[in-house]
Amino acid sequence: MSRGIQSGTERGGRRGARLPRIESAGLDGWLVRLFEGIDEDNLAWLGALARRCETALGEALVDLVPSYTTLLVTFDPLRLAPETARARLEALLADLTPDPAAGTGQVHELPTWYAPRVGPDLEGVAGHLGMSVAEVIDCHAGREYRVFALGFAPGFAFMGLLDERLEVPRLSTPRRRVPVNSVAIAGRQTAAYPTVTPGGWRLLGRTTARLFDRERDGFSLLKVGDSVRFVPVDRATFERHGGDMTPVEEHS
Amino acid sequence: MTPEDTVIGLRVERAGPLALLQDGGRFGVRRLGVTQGGPADLHGWAWANRLAGNAWGTPALEITFGGLALVAERDLSIAVAGADLAATLEGKPLALWQPVRVREGQTLVFATPRNGLRAYLAVAGGFRAEPVLGSVSCVVREGLGGFDGHGATLAEGDRLAVSPDAGRRLEAGVAPVPAPPDYTRLAMLALLPGAQVADFTGDSLFAAFNRPWKVDDRADRMGVRLSGPRLACRIGSLVSEGIGLGAVQVPPDGQPIALLNDRQTIGGYPRLGALTPLAASRLAQCLPGQEVRLAATTGERALGDYRRLRRSLER
Repeated sequence: MSRGIQSGTERGGRRGARLPRIESAGLDGWLVRLFEGIDEDNLAWLGALARRCETALGEALVDLVPSYTTLLVTFDPLRLAPETARARLEALLADLTPDPAAGTGQVHELPTWYAPRVGPDLEGVAGHLGMSVAEVIDCHAGREYRVFALGFAPGFAFMGLLDERLEVPRLSTPRRRVPVNSVAIAGRQTAAYPTVTPGGWRLLGRTTARLFDRERDGFSLLKVGDSVRFVPVDRATFERHGGDMTPVEEHS
Repeated sequence: MTPEDTVIGLRVERAGPLALLQDGGRFGVRRLGVTQGGPADLHGWAWANRLAGNAWGTPALEITFGGLALVAERDLSIAVAGADLAATLEGKPLALWQPVRVREGQTLVFATPRNGLRAYLAVAGGFRAEPVLGSVSCVVREGLGGFDGHGATLAEGDRLAVSPDAGRRLEAGVAPVPAPPDYTRLAMLALLPGAQVADFTGDSLFAAFNRPWKVDDRADRMGVRLSGPRLACRIGSLVSEGIGLGAVQVPPDGQPIALLNDRQTIGGYPRLGALTPLAASRLAQCLPGQEVRLAATTGERALGDYRRLRRSLER
């Protein structure tokens, strides 16, 4: 497991006296800030806090949004006075311990065809990094990633951390339409697009996994805390599993 | 919901730029990156429902800007609240903020904004659609909700399902209706300071709460950009974190954006705090070019205002 990108912090980037901190997030929410920097070790803490919030806020709880270093807690302020909610969160934080089970989540394998036809930035990334295409694929598929946050679109999982050697900036001009299931990288993160959206990440390939499904229990394949591995497949396997062969250009 | 639970209430003769079905919003799934949705102007939406005899949360139509013509496919009891979009029934001005009877075959037109931006049309018993992820709220960007379940806006020829009770007679004067708001007046938007407010420079904080802000053209259900003095924050960007309704974020260009119902669930710009639910509603009725001001408030006052709204709507 990689260390967080910020150094000089202790216990998963948790910084001494000022954290954890409860910040106002409007009439119906509190933002609990646990850490300063991105770190896989944060997940066990955030997972534990989310679980305990479900009990502590009960029926008044509306939504929990975990993300990298924070947990946004929203509730119905007519059922639970904001100050009472805050006091309950403070009590939770006083004796919070990391929950490895909540932090680990499920393990997913995403079959991915890495090819210029569906990953139009693959060759450019390789060229930019001074690597061969095969090395880029090995590097991307050779590591297990953690889901730090979901956002941007339903089921869009921000995963990391990418090998430092694969760090590339976003496109200067985002594509207007990134095809569904595109596998992409930007900075030290990777993702797969659940729906057609605009996007500035570099596309390396395409997966056959169904990332967001309104008929599935839980809807999103990936959840915060889950582990993800991209498994390279060849074109025939990709097609056999229903992979979308449409080149990216046709989508744009 | 079964087919017996619904009847066709209205036909879309002209769709207009944006008319969306909205219930109270989509909750419990924000951790999956699914936005909240729901009425941009909670106040107008809630009153339309109340006047149509409906419970909180009943699906109603949010009509932005106008340009919409609907034909009644049966006798209906309706109420329209929120913006005055120069609505007419059979060519005559439609009474707002009160129950109205519409006869089969009559045409209801929402023309153009006269006071406010978003009108809410409720029918007795409510519009009907299959909930998606627990809500019928229509979010175009996510392809969720609405009459088709896939986030489509209204289109010409659509036939809109309503409750079989949609024709039941409504009693007038059952609720003390507020004076229709004058949305053209200067809006004082109550903001709960929070988040990174302490990281803005003193000059910027003074400007934020003492200078007028103009509603920019770049305004939709995701957020409303305000133009005015450039605000400076000591933090450029943050690790992305969950964003609540009404959050006022300031990107590096120094021009704040108030985030509304269809905002992305997480974001990484520093924030001054969050508008109260009623302030976010008020902003959603402002047209581009209108002037607004930000006014710091307390949680206690914000809660009091919100509680009064909910209580006044209880039946």
